[in-house]
Amino acid sequence: MSKVGETLSTEDQREDADAAERLARSTGAPIPRSRPVPFPIQFWRSAIGKKWAMAVSGIALLGFVLVHMIGNLKVFLGKTEINTYAHWLRTLGQPALPYTVVLWALRVGLTIAFVVHIVAAAQLTRMNHRARPQRYQSKRDYVAANYASRTMRWTGIIVGLFVIFHLLDLTWGQLSPHFVRGDPYDNMYLSFQRVWVAGVYIVANIALGIHIFHGAWSMFQSLGWNNPRYNRWRRYFATGFAGLIIVGNCSMPLLITTGAVSR
Amino acid sequence: MKVTLRVWRQPGPNARGAFETHELDDLSPDMSFLEMFDVLNEQLIAEGKEPVAFDHDCREGICGSCAMMINGRAHGPERGTATCQLHLRKFADGAHITVEPWRAAAFPIIRDLCVDRAAFDRIIEAGGYITVTTGSAPEANLTPVPKAVSDAAMDAAACIGCGACVAACPNGAAQLFTAAKLQHLNLLPQGQPERWERVVHMVDEMERWFGSCTMHGECEAACPKEISIDFIALMNRDYIKAQFKQRRLAGQHA
Amino acid sequence: MTEYALDAKTPDGPIAEQWDEHKFAVKLVNPSNRRKFRVVVVGSGLAGASAAATLGELGYQVTMITFHDTPRRAHSIAAQGGINAAKNYRNDGDSVYRLFYDTVKGGDYRSREANVYRLAQLSVNIIDQCVAQGVPFAREYGGLLDNRSFGGAQVSRTFYARGQTGQQLLLGAYQALLRQVHLGTVTLYHRTEMLDVVLHEGRAVGVVTRDLITGDVRSHTGHAVVLATGGYGNVFFLSTNAKQSNVTAIWRAHRRGALMANPCYTQIHPTCIPASDDFQSKLTLMSESLRNDGRIWVPDQLDDPRAPDQVPAADRDYFLERRYPAFGNLVPRDVASRAAKREVDAGRGVGPLKNGVFLDFSDATARLGRDVIEERYGNLFQMYERITGEDPYTVPMRIYPAVHYTMGGLWVDYNLMSTIPGLYVLGEANFSDHGANRLGASALMQGLADGYFVLPATISDYLAPLLGTDPVPTDHQVFQDAEAQVAEQVRALLDVHGSRSVDYFHRELGHVLWENCGMERSQASLEKALAEIPALREEFHKDVRVLGDGESLNQSLEKAGRVADFLEFGELLCRDALHREESCGGHFRVEHQTEDGEALRDDEHFAYVGAWEYTGDDAHPNLHKEALEFETVHLAQRSYK
Ligand SMILES: Cc1cc2nc3c(=O)[nH]c(=O)nc-3n(C[C@H](O)[C@H](O)[C@H](O)COP(=O)(O)OP(=O)(O)OC[C@H]3O[C@@H](n4cnc5c(N)ncnc54)[C@H](O)[C@@H]3O)c2cc1C
Ligand code: HEM
Ligand code: HEM
Ligand code: SF4
Ligand code: F3S
Ligand code: FES
Repeated sequence: MSKVGETLSTEDQREDADAAERLARSTGAPIPRSRPVPFPIQFWRSAIGKKWAMAVSGIALLGFVLVHMIGNLKVFLGKTEINTYAHWLRTLGQPALPYTVVLWALRVGLTIAFVVHIVAAAQLTRMNHRARPQRYQSKRDYVAANYASRTMRWTGIIVGLFVIFHLLDLTWGQLSPHFVRGDPYDNMYLSFQRVWVAGVYIVANIALGIHIFHGAWSMFQSLGWNNPRYNRWRRYFATGFAGLIIVGNCSMPLLITTGAVSR
Repeated sequence: MKVTLRVWRQPGPNARGAFETHELDDLSPDMSFLEMFDVLNEQLIAEGKEPVAFDHDCREGICGSCAMMINGRAHGPERGTATCQLHLRKFADGAHITVEPWRAAAFPIIRDLCVDRAAFDRIIEAGGYITVTTGSAPEANLTPVPKAVSDAAMDAAACIGCGACVAACPNGAAQLFTAAKLQHLNLLPQGQPERWERVVHMVDEMERWFGSCTMHGECEAACPKEISIDFIALMNRDYIKAQFKQRRLAGQHA
Repeated sequence: MTEYALDAKTPDGPIAEQWDEHKFAVKLVNPSNRRKFRVVVVGSGLAGASAAATLGELGYQVTMITFHDTPRRAHSIAAQGGINAAKNYRNDGDSVYRLFYDTVKGGDYRSREANVYRLAQLSVNIIDQCVAQGVPFAREYGGLLDNRSFGGAQVSRTFYARGQTGQQLLLGAYQALLRQVHLGTVTLYHRTEMLDVVLHEGRAVGVVTRDLITGDVRSHTGHAVVLATGGYGNVFFLSTNAKQSNVTAIWRAHRRGALMANPCYTQIHPTCIPASDDFQSKLTLMSESLRNDGRIWVPDQLDDPRAPDQVPAADRDYFLERRYPAFGNLVPRDVASRAAKREVDAGRGVGPLKNGVFLDFSDATARLGRDVIEERYGNLFQMYERITGEDPYTVPMRIYPAVHYTMGGLWVDYNLMSTIPGLYVLGEANFSDHGANRLGASALMQGLADGYFVLPATISDYLAPLLGTDPVPTDHQVFQDAEAQVAEQVRALLDVHGSRSVDYFHRELGHVLWENCGMERSQASLEKALAEIPALREEFHKDVRVLGDGESLNQSLEKAGRVADFLEFGELLCRDALHREESCGGHFRVEHQTEDGEALRDDEHFAYVGAWEYTGDDAHPNLHKEALEFETVHLAQRSYK
C-alpha cells in the first residue's frame, strides 16, 4: 500500500530482533500471516497443538500404566494367574490374527505415544526457556504453582529412564541374571530379590505418581475440557489416579523384596 | 516506618543491570508503594543520583502501567491488586523489599523497572477486535445478550494489560492475557463471525513472542483482576476446534 | 497581532437539522483519493483512538502518536461511572432534546447550543457502535441494555460497564485502532511525546516529537493535525487525573497561535478521598452515587476528640441538609464542594490532617440493612478500605473535593478546527460542549462523538481543496527550525543543574492554584496567584534539577517539560478567572454569589466564550470573544433550595 510521507521500519518484525531493535518500533507494517500449511503440521507447530498431542498421548500412557498395573498385581494371585495373563496377552486376537500381532500393535501404539509425548515435551521446554532468557535475579515466591507442576520435566525424564531400565530388566532380561522369557512371575520375584532394583522401581513410580498428579489435571485444560460444574473433579481424578498408581506399583517391589509375600 | 529497598537498576536495554540497596526512613504506612518510590526518587535527586525509572499513570489499578516484581511476586503480596494499589501498611516496619522488573524475552527492559509490553499490542493487532466499520452498527438492543454471558465477557474484558501474568508465569507464557482478550470477544454474539479466525491469529501471534502454558496457575494468582485460568481452557478449546474445522467454513457457529 | 473573527461556522436553520445540513454542505474526498492524505493524530484516548480508527477505515493514512507505552493506557481508561445517551430505553421521557437541554443548563449557559445538540444526537449512534464492537455494557436479565441515573439527571440514560466504563469504551476504540494498524492505514508511535505543532504558510502541517526511549527529536508531516490530548487538571498537581495527563500539547499549539478558551472552568468533584500525608501523589475519585445514601457531616465543636460514632446527633452538623433542605446531600458537585471547603477552612475538618468531612452510612445501614448497602456500594467500599485501611461499614468515610475535569481548552469551531487552519482539537482538549460545568457521564460521550462521528465528517471539508498537494517534507526549513527549537528547550532543562526537583515546583504551583484559584476565587486571591506564579516560573528555570541525559528514557526530563508548560499555563488560567467577573459552573467568584452562597451569573456581560491569544508576553495575552446566543434553551438562574 502506498504510504504518504511515511517510511516504515519493520526491524522489530524479525524473530531475532534484539531488545533494542524491538524498542525502536513503529508499527503499521502488517503482521506477516504464516503461510497456510497442511493441517497436521500447522497444528503440531503451535504450542497448543503440541499440548493437545501431549494430552492425548498422556491419556494413552495413563491407560497403559493402569492396565499394566492391574495385570502385574496378579503376581499376588500366584504364578499361574499372572503367567496365563502374560500368555493371554500374546495370544490376544487369535485365531482371527496370528500370535502376538495384537500385542505388537499395542506396543507400537505405546511407543508412538512415548515418542510424541517426549518430543513435544522437549520442544515446549525449549520454547519456554527461550521465552525467558534472563531468569529473575531475586528469589521467586510461588503462590499457585506446586512442586509437581514445576518438576514435570524431571519426573518425566525419570520415568523415561526407568522405562529403558525396566525393559532391560523384565522384558529383554539383560539386567536380570536368571531371566526366563515368558515367565514374568519368576522374573519379577528374582529381580526384586535385589534391594537396589526394588529401590529403583519405588523411586520411579513415586516420580510417575507426581508426574500424573499434575499431568492428569493439566491435560483437561490442554484439551479445553473445562466446565465450572465439574472442574473440581479434575483435581480429584488426578489425585486419585496418582495415588492409585503409586500404591499399586510400589506394593510389588515393597512386599516382594521385604518378603512380606513369597512364592 | 522504615524499609530497606533492593531495587534493580539497569541503564539501558542491552546494558548489564544490578541491585541497588536503599534505606528509607519515616515513611507513612498509609503511603502507596509507588509513593514510596516517589520519596526514594526525591532522595536520590537530592543526592545528585539519577532517580529510578518506573512506569505508572492512573495509580488506581486500571491503566496497567505499573509493573513491579515485589519480593518474588508480580504486583506484590496482596491478591487482586496492581502495584499502585499496594500500600505500605501491608509490610512490616523495617521490612526488606526486593523489586525487579518483569522479565520475559518479549518484554525487553527499557530502563530500571520499565519494560516494553508492545508485544501485547501485536496480539491484539493480529485479531483482537470485532470488525465493525464506524456507522454501520445496528441498533444496540437488536441482539439481546444473556446477562450471564455478558457478565462472563466482562470478567474477561477486565484485563488491564499489565503483563503480570507473563511476569509470574514460570514459562513466560502470555496465555492468560491472550485468553482474556480473546474470550471477551468470542463469548459475545457480536464476536461469532470472526471467532475461529480470531483465535488462530491471536494464538499464532502470541506464540511468536511468549512461552507455552503448562498450567502452573501463577498467572491467575498474580492477576490484579483475578482473571480465571478457565479462560485459558476455553481458548485452547476454540483453537483446537478452529484447527480441526474446514478453514473455508471458519466463521460459522459452534 | 492577528485579529481572529472567531467564526464558529455554526450552520443556520432549525437546530435539529443543522448537523445533517452541514454534513451535506461540506466538501468530500472521494474514497480512492483518501489514501493520498495523511493526518497526524496526537493522543490515543477515546477521542484520539476513535478518530484515528475511523479515519483509517475511511481510507486516510494516519500517524498516531502517544506518549504511553500502548494506546490502551490513555487516561480515558480511568473513567468509572458511565456514558450518557438519549436512547430513552427506560421510557422515562428522555429524548435528544432533553439531553441537549440538560447539558446546556448543566453547563450553566456557557456552551454553544449547536454543538451540544449535535452531541445529543450522536450519543445514540455511539452506543450502537460500541455494542457492535463488543463493549460489555451492563445488561438486564432479558439480555437488553441496562441504565442507571447519574449526576442528578431526572432520567436514567447512563450506560455503564461495572465500574469500568471508560476502560471498556477505550478498549473498543483501541481495538478498532489496532485493526487499522494491522491493515497498514494507521502507523502507531508509542512512547513518543509531541512537543510542537509545525506551521507552514499559516497552516498546521505536522508535529515535532521526542522519542522517549532514544531521545530522538523527529518530525511527522501530514495534511492536517489532530490534537486529542486530554485535560489539564494536573496543573493543580493533586487531581483525579492520571499522573501523566498534561497541558503540553495544547499549550505548545496555543503558543503557535491557537486560541485557548475558558481555561478557568475547572470542575471540582466533591467525593474524593482526602490526602493522607504530604507525600500524596494523586487523589482517588469515589463515585458520586455514594451521596444517594451517605449523609455528610462534621462535628459541631472544633477538634472534637471523640470517635465519630461516639458523637451524638446533637453535636453533629449535617451542613448540606441544613443549608439546602430541598436537595440536601444531593446538591450539585460545585455546591457540595464549596460547602465542604467552608467547613474545613473553619477548622472543623476531620481525619488526621483535618482535611475532610464525614460521609456517613450508619443511618442508611440501619434503615436498609448492611446487605443492601454492600450490594450497592460494595466495590467502592472495598476501594476505600484498600486505600485508607478503614472499614466504611463501621467508620464513616472521609471525603474531600478534588480537581476532576477541565471544561476549558483550545477554541474550536463547529468543525472542531482551531484558529490554526488544519489543526483540529478533540475531546477534553477542546472547550466545546460542556460550557462552564460538565454533567456526569458526558465526557466519554463527547470524546467518542468527536472521534467517531464529527471529525471524520468535517475534516474532508479542509482536505478536499488540498488534493494533489504533497505534505510538506520533514526536511523542509519549517520542520528543521521547529526541531532545533525543541532540542534547544530539552537541552536548556538539562543544563540548569539547579538544586530542586521537578516535583517540588509542581507541588508549589499546585498549591498556589488550589489555594487561590480553586473552588473559590476572589480578585485578591487571583492577583496573589498572578504575582506568585511568574516568580515560581523564574525560580524553576534557574533552580530545577534534571539529572541524566536526553538520549535515553528520562522521566524527570519528561516531567520537567510538562511542568514548565503548566507554569506558563497556570498564569493564563488565573488571568481568565480574574477577567470573568461572574460565577458560573466550575468558576466561582466570591464577589458574585447570592446571600445563600449560590453562584451568580452575569449573562449581560459574560455570556461569551473567552478565547485567549498568545502574544509572547505571558502577562498580556489578548482576549477574543465568541458571543453565545441561546435561542432554544432560555437563560435562567439555577436554584437548589
Ligand atoms: C477518575 C475519573 C473518572 C471519570 N469518570 C467519567 C465518567 O464516569 N463519565 C464521563 O463521561 N467522563 C468521566 N471522566 C472524564 C473522562 O474520562 C475524560 O474527560 C475523557 O476520557 C478524556 O478523553 P480524551 O480522549 O479527551 O483524553 P485522554 O483520554 O486523557 O487521552 C489523552 C491522550 O493524549 C496523549 N497525549 C497527551 N499529551 C500528549 C503529548 N504531548 N504527546 C503525545 N501524546 C499525548 C496521552 O498519551 C493520552 O493517550 C472521568 C475522569 C476521571 C479523571
Ligand atoms: C507413563 C508415563 C507418562 C505418563 C502417564 C505421562 C502423562 C502425562 C500427562 C497426562 C501430561 C499432561 C499433558 C498436558 O498437560 O496436556 C504430561 C505432561 C508432561 N509429561 Fe508426561 N507422561 C509420562 C511420561 C513422560 C515422559 C517419559 C516424559 C519425558 C520427559 C514426560 C514429560 C512430560 C512433561 C515435560 C509434561 C508437561 C508438559 C506440559 O504440561 O506442557 N512425561 N505427562
Ligand atoms: C512395580 C511396577 C512394575 C512392574 C512390577 C512391572 C512389571 C513388568 C513386567 C513383568 C513386564 C514384562 C511383561 C512381559 O514380558 O510379559 C513389564 C513390561 C513392561 N513394562 Fe512394566 N512394570 C512396572 C511398572 C511399569 C511402568 C511404571 C511402566 C511405564 C511407565 C512400565 C512399562 C512397561 C513396558 C513398556 C513394558 C513392555 C511391555 C511389552 O513388552 O509388551 N512398567 N513390566
Ligand atoms: S490477564 Fe491479568 S495479569 Fe495478565 S495482563 Fe491482564 S490483567 Fe494483567
Ligand atoms: S502461570 Fe503460566 S503456565 Fe499457564 S496457567 Fe498461567 S500461563
Ligand atoms: S498505575 Fe495504572 S494500574 Fe497501576
